[in-house]
Amino acid sequence: MPQLNLVQAINDALRTEMRRDPTVLVMGEDVGVNGGVFRATENLYKEFGPDRSIDTPLSEAGIVGTAIGMALNGLKPVAEIQFDGFMAPAFDQIVSHAARIRWRSRGRFHVPIVIRAPYGGGIRGPELHSESPEAHYAHTPGLKVVIPSNPYDAKGLLIAAIRDPDPVIFFEPKRLYRAFRAEVPEEDYIVPIGKARIAREGSEVTLIAWGAMTPVALGAAEKMAAQNVSVEVIDLRTIVPLDIETVIESAKKTGRVVIVHEAPRTCGFGSELAALVNDRAFEHLKAPIVRVTGPDTVIPQARLEDYYLPDIGRCLKGIEKALNY
Amino acid sequence: MPQMTLVQAINDALRTEMRRDPTVLVMGEDVGVNGGVFRATEGLYQEFGPDRAIDTPLAESGIVGTAIGMALNGLKPVAEIQFDGFMAPAFDQIVSHAARIRWRSRGRFHVPIVIRAPYGGGIRALEHHSEAPEAYYVHTPGLKVVIPSNPYDAKGLLIAAIRDPDPVIFFEPKRLYRAFRQEVPEGDYTVPIGKASLVREGTDVTVISWGAMVRICLQAIAQLEGISVELVDLRTLAPLDIETVLSSVAKTGRAVIVQEAPRTCSLSSELTALINERLLLQLQAPVVRVTGYDTHIPYLTMEQYYLPDAGRVQKGIERALSF
Amino acid sequence: MAAKTILQRERLVPFIQILDPEGMANPTDIVELGLKPHDFKAMYRWMVLARTFDERALALQRQGRLGTYAPLLGQEAAQVGSAYALKPEDWVFPSYREHAVLAMRGQSWLQLFTFWGGNEEGNRIPEGIRNFMVCVPIATQILHATGAAWAAKLKGERSCVIVYFGDGATSEGDFHEGLNFAGVFKAPVVFFCQNNQYAISVPRTRQTASETIAQKAIAYGFEGVQVDGNDVFAVYKATKEALAKARDGGGPTLIEAVTYRLTHHTTADDWTRYRPSEEVEMWKQKDPIKRLKLYLEKQGLWSEHDEAKLLEEAKAEIAQAVAQYEALPKRDVEDIFKYMYAEMPWNLKEQLQELKEYLAEHGGDLPKE
Ligand SMILES: Cc1ncc(C[n+]2csc(CCOP(=O)(O)OP(=O)(O)O)c2C)c(N)n1
Ligand SMILES: [Mg+2]
Repeated sequence: MPQLNLVQAINDALRTEMRRDPTVLVMGEDVGVNGGVFRATENLYKEFGPDRSIDTPLSEAGIVGTAIGMALNGLKPVAEIQFDGFMAPAFDQIVSHAARIRWRSRGRFHVPIVIRAPYGGGIRGPELHSESPEAHYAHTPGLKVVIPSNPYDAKGLLIAAIRDPDPVIFFEPKRLYRAFRAEVPEEDYIVPIGKARIAREGSEVTLIAWGAMTPVALGAAEKMAAQNVSVEVIDLRTIVPLDIETVIESAKKTGRVVIVHEAPRTCGFGSELAALVNDRAFEHLKAPIVRVTGPDTVIPQARLEDYYLPDIGRCLKGIEKALNY
Repeated sequence: MPQMTLVQAINDALRTEMRRDPTVLVMGEDVGVNGGVFRATEGLYQEFGPDRAIDTPLAESGIVGTAIGMALNGLKPVAEIQFDGFMAPAFDQIVSHAARIRWRSRGRFHVPIVIRAPYGGGIRALEHHSEAPEAYYVHTPGLKVVIPSNPYDAKGLLIAAIRDPDPVIFFEPKRLYRAFRQEVPEGDYTVPIGKASLVREGTDVTVISWGAMVRICLQAIAQLEGISVELVDLRTLAPLDIETVLSSVAKTGRAVIVQEAPRTCSLSSELTALINERLLLQLQAPVVRVTGYDTHIPYLTMEQYYLPDAGRVQKGIERALSF
Repeated sequence: MAAKTILQRERLVPFIQILDPEGMANPTDIVELGLKPHDFKAMYRWMVLARTFDERALALQRQGRLGTYAPLLGQEAAQVGSAYALKPEDWVFPSYREHAVLAMRGQSWLQLFTFWGGNEEGNRIPEGIRNFMVCVPIATQILHATGAAWAAKLKGERSCVIVYFGDGATSEGDFHEGLNFAGVFKAPVVFFCQNNQYAISVPRTRQTASETIAQKAIAYGFEGVQVDGNDVFAVYKATKEALAKARDGGGPTLIEAVTYRLTHHTTADDWTRYRPSEEVEMWKQKDPIKRLKLYLEKQGLWSEHDEAKLLEEAKAEIAQAVAQYEALPKRDVEDIFKYMYAEMPWNLKEQLQELKEYLAEHGGDLPKE
């Protein structure tokens, strides 16, 4: 089986679906001739030509808005927003239309688009290139929000997203694009949307993460294992719809929950997880739910970003807090 | 003291500040000649002229973007977005700029603008006219978010917001615009941003709410017999008055949060997380959330089923009490 | 050649008028339209029907039997003339004022009342009709139209797209992004601006310093044309030509129909606050329905009797729709939760259950206050 890194897996997923389904196309800034600034759409232009690998004008609302129109007229566009920070200009088209058209039309129309964006910090990017805006989309009814943490999931989730009849926001942890390789099957397969993965089984603390925080969480679990503490790591994979069963079952089993995310804490997705666990596993809780997150600031630029992003040490601190309550 | 509705109190606050400070101006769609579609800016055009009560082209991103530019160059614009649902076209200017310029410039520049928008459901409107989008802005570091629930607070909070050196999102519960009158002092006064108000003291359960839901909570509580409910009106959602919330819940041991917005990843989630984090041992029941559903708010024939009403608040209180 | 002074400046875009306010037209212009007398009468009928619907909707709203409503009074020619040029396979992306267009494309008056009555079912476009839903956020539908047209082109279909919006919409970013994309990709789309001179209270001169809206097309690399929007023939001609061009791969066109909103922006508005009644009176003289009627009469195509009969039929048709509208069954709260996703996720199922239980505890509906 080929060993691919995460961005290659994304590329492979796009190619696989474009070969299978002639209505699938990619569109965005620099996605055609240049193959995408991260090379996620590399060679698609050569194989599928300028009508299916479309270099658009520089205009995010334009990209998402016309992708919606294409989807209404029978195509399946995968729109790329070049960086997480540039989702905002398309925000209105996403929340006021993509998320609403099925509902507004009473099911007559739907919007099977995928909006892909490189996501999160850790690549020493300039401002607006390291954001984690998932909470904005998780709070918007009508969207699905998917964030893979490894090459295998990335391919399977992206194929599932493209086939999904509803709009999917697909965030790709950009610091993992080339961080490591994993076995990725050549053929097509899906990883179902809405299913979390127990990345490591454990019994004393539940550590919930997604995206680039998953390897960090696994690193922390490893360290705790050395101290004979058994940490269960859940990689959510999909934020919306959330795999509530996996989360609650684990919370009930361990009685201690730590949530790790890059985004600012207030009203981040960690708050929703905490609220759900509080609601459904209240009597099992042996300690308050701990959130290990980015602080409520703008994510700093290169020199300070390591102090902003949760790392293994901060996860360990969070775990200890949950254990020592 | 004059009796005012909430929208009159807003109008009064704007006039008061515009008289006091010549750099304050209002701008937006239909805010000048027409006095605003809800009449919030009524009479300002006549008193202050077209340069300080500015009818802009129809472009929310344009309104907020140019307001930011004006603020950078010494003015204090109060920008009106005509309805909550039309904040979205200005989203990029709000989250990528208004919220960040102090930080980006290391304090050299700041953005003392207020973005006012009529907020929430209950006026039997079309799509995009009844939204409760506060969570987007509460989750955006660098913004303050304020939602008054009565005329007195509306005036005092808006004056505070205009004087605030940072960008303030000021949501006005539109179903309360003309719902009732209250004594509102003439002249200027402020209600501090970041301070909740204890609307009602009680000992059995804490109800936390904001905006138009505060009235619904009061209705619900009035009908409950034999239960002592403490009601907290947050007034400011960011920065949150965490002390008031926690000291109340520490006392009662039970909390119910009531909001119009969809549930998932909302301010009710944050409040629950904070309470769980800091008061787990004092909690006698899980925190209960009474909220809008995770759907779009329906058009007028169904919106009453979506918005929390007194009965649903009572159910939430009962759930918290019977755990 | 000497430089032109401002006064001598050439128009940047053509202006089309065929019927003047007195109902006079140059016969060769009429012949070139390729329309028959029955078409003229059909257009007239739609305009009268639309106005009848409009009057009825306004009255219902005033009586509290309908929600906030956006009237089309004065814009009948712009709507009927453009929609008359469409083929069934073409797509229509409306804003919120195009009641005549929607009806001509096969949506029922009942459906329109249902929508304006605040019932989402009014936005369920029947299968087989290529209309899109009412779009409330200004200008946002322009991008969808461009995308749909672009898709038609990519799929090798010969259908076109028309998108309706107002003069105010041309200030929004989405207008510019939509036109720009359409120009770059030569999408078969007709941008139809009903310049009714106001965006609520704000006059056209406050939206743009351009002399015309139509000329904005030039900057995006395609044609713009201004038409007398109260002249149903001119509107028809411009739209038909733009659609033909689009169908033949010639790309987009921006049409600016110069018209006037003769009444309030919506039932929540009061036009007397921001415009003089002389202005409104002046535009009443250019009434599009009166104009076509004068023409028909001059051609001997229309009699008092025809008029009386049509008005009666129109009243009856709309009255029937009102009766159906008022007899609509009570709705199921599941309607709030359905259609959020293809499959209902757990949180929605739970929340629906929560609501149903609550209603059940109160005898099946919300408790009375
Ligand atoms: C994005 C957005 N901003 C504001 C509004 C509120 N609003 C509704 S209609 C309107 C004026 C629209 O004017 P125009 O585009 O000329 O269309 P008309 O109503 O004249 O047909 C405004 C400001 C809205 N619906 N959407
Ligand atoms: Mg207009």
